[in-house]
Amino acid sequence: MPAFEPVLSRNFQVPDSHTLRVYTERGGYSTARHVLTTMTPEAVVQVVKDSELRGRGGAGFATGLKWTFLPKDRKETFMCVNADESEPATFNNRWLMERDPHQLLEGILISCFATQAQIAYIYIRFEYINATRILEQAIAEARAAGHLGRNIYGSGFDCEIYVHRGAGAYICGEETGLIESLEGKRGWPRIKPPFPAIEGAFRKPTVVNNVETLCCVPHILERGASWFRSIGTPKSYGPKLYTVSGHVNRPVCVELPLGVTARELIDEHAGGCWKGRKVKAVVPGGISMGLMSADELDVKLDFEEIRKTGCLGLGTAALTVLDDHTSLVDYLYNTCRFFAHESCGQCTPCREGTAWFYKTLKRIKAGGGRLEDLDLLRSLAQNLGITPGTTICGLADGAAWPIRNALDKFRPEFEDYIRTHQNPAAGPTPLQEAIFHGRPADPLITQIGLSKPSTPASALNPPPPTPSTATH
Amino acid sequence: MDASTPSPLIPESLRDQIRALFPRYPNKRAVTLPALHLVQHHFRCVPHRALAEIADLLEITPAEVHDTMSFYGFFTQAPVGDVRVWICRSLSCMIRGGDQLLEHACSRLGIQPGGTSPDGKITIELAECLGICEFAPAALADDGRIFGPLDEPSVDRLLDLVAQGPVTDPPISPVLAAPARP
Repeated sequence: MPAFEPVLSRNFQVPDSHTLRVYTERGGYSTARHVLTTMTPEAVVQVVKDSELRGRGGAGFATGLKWTFLPKDRKETFMCVNADESEPATFNNRWLMERDPHQLLEGILISCFATQAQIAYIYIRFEYINATRILEQAIAEARAAGHLGRNIYGSGFDCEIYVHRGAGAYICGEETGLIESLEGKRGWPRIKPPFPAIEGAFRKPTVVNNVETLCCVPHILERGASWFRSIGTPKSYGPKLYTVSGHVNRPVCVELPLGVTARELIDEHAGGCWKGRKVKAVVPGGISMGLMSADELDVKLDFEEIRKTGCLGLGTAALTVLDDHTSLVDYLYNTCRFFAHESCGQCTPCREGTAWFYKTLKRIKAGGGRLEDLDLLRSLAQNLGITPGTTICGLADGAAWPIRNALDKFRPEFEDYIRTHQNPAAGPTPLQEAIFHGRPADPLITQIGLSKPSTPASALNPPPPTPSTATH
Repeated sequence: MDASTPSPLIPESLRDQIRALFPRYPNKRAVTLPALHLVQHHFRCVPHRALAEIADLLEITPAEVHDTMSFYGFFTQAPVGDVRVWICRSLSCMIRGGDQLLEHACSRLGIQPGGTSPDGKITIELAECLGICEFAPAALADDGRIFGPLDEPSVDRLLDLVAQGPVTDPPISPVLAAPARP
């Protein structure tokens, strides 16, 4: 296999890579000029379609195909650039915007030309304060140099790019939530169809693409669709920015062909697991994608193969490594807390479900867990989200998947935690009530040091009609 | 203007900045978030009267502005401190001690997450992933400074540093980090 040449990150280490001068010196905007002056929009769409570029934002939908969904007779088209990178542990878009903003602008320009969108909004999360500043400077520079504005390169094509800042809502990374937010409303996702390509921002046909997806576009047009398809694994072509964080020696953002393994990323690029410990589990692509166990580290991280591990997908290709000292109760508590905090509240199953996940995990963590909680969590996780068809967007799926994976792969650890961390201060649990009611003591109960009350339980309360499942 | 009508809260210069954004969008309502950002930045909060004035400028109802404003975690009705600091508690930071650092910062200032120090200089808030996970456990100030990887002594230094007020044009690399341990 030929040596892999990074393209998306090729300017990252160059001094002043965020300036127009450095970008054009290194060949920047020449592809856009070539495309706008010599190609038709249809031809550009065809090249991107042929490259089989799939969206880098999480869902992995074919970008070229998405563009062809726009109605042929449309009069006005909008482009929304999804820079609301809020998936925990993901920061590759931030690197792209801070270190090479003009690459993104060139990608937007070419994509706008392909889709005939004359206005592009970069919806960027509020927390990316420096990236916002850098992008705004880059837009001003590009505009002054004639790469944006009216009649670009004499092609007759007009394009304006505006930065639109979010305000701290995870849900606005969902494409229709983003559109609602852009329109000045709360970021509640819309029921689809109609998809944004038909009726999106301001009720006009709209393309929504992720930052990294658009950064791939100039390189595809420059080097051709077959170059792009020569990188990666079947159905997952091209370069990808992987990020690794958590318990590693050197957290990184690194560009590699799609389909590297988690082991390769951790050992060769992130300096291995920290403190000489072993990897216990890996969160593959932002926390909503689920959990991989240490046995699954050799699975290829691409759009297809990762699903064999039971994970939801590649997501944002942002790995979080958990070492063998980490309690998975803490991990699950954290994911449940996140989704309970970030559920937008529109669909009842998600609003209530994520809150129940969180309450239950909080109780388990505090020492008030019941073994049957795990079954309850598992069954709730099965009934929440787009997959079972109970919510509008995929946030609930993202909340449910870590629970599904963690309980399917690490259930003994959770059972063990519940048995050994019973804490009377967490309030009476069915287990403790069973002891109070004079049920035969399970060896585990004596292990946690609870004793039977001296008063016969029957004198205080009649026993419940069926034996509690808590003592199983 | 007769004496019974209060003078407008949002100054004319800020109104001009808001109006300058109108041509960017097909309708004025889309300027809601940018306008709220400008007002929050100016007053360090979105006062109730400013909310009505934004509605007036955008030709929508105050209820619509409030509906949007209250959905997002960013806008406050009471003023925040001179510098707002978010300490991350999401997964990559949490497993390296983010929750403890948040507690530590709050207890040093004697406040709860979301609270402002008595001298009005610092507001500490919890954050769900700031997207600076390579510096976990990390924190972000609203002037753009990033901090990390942090430990308790470096959180103390962070608080001393931000108490000196906001800066302009911070670098994209962390301005403060705990010394590396072998």
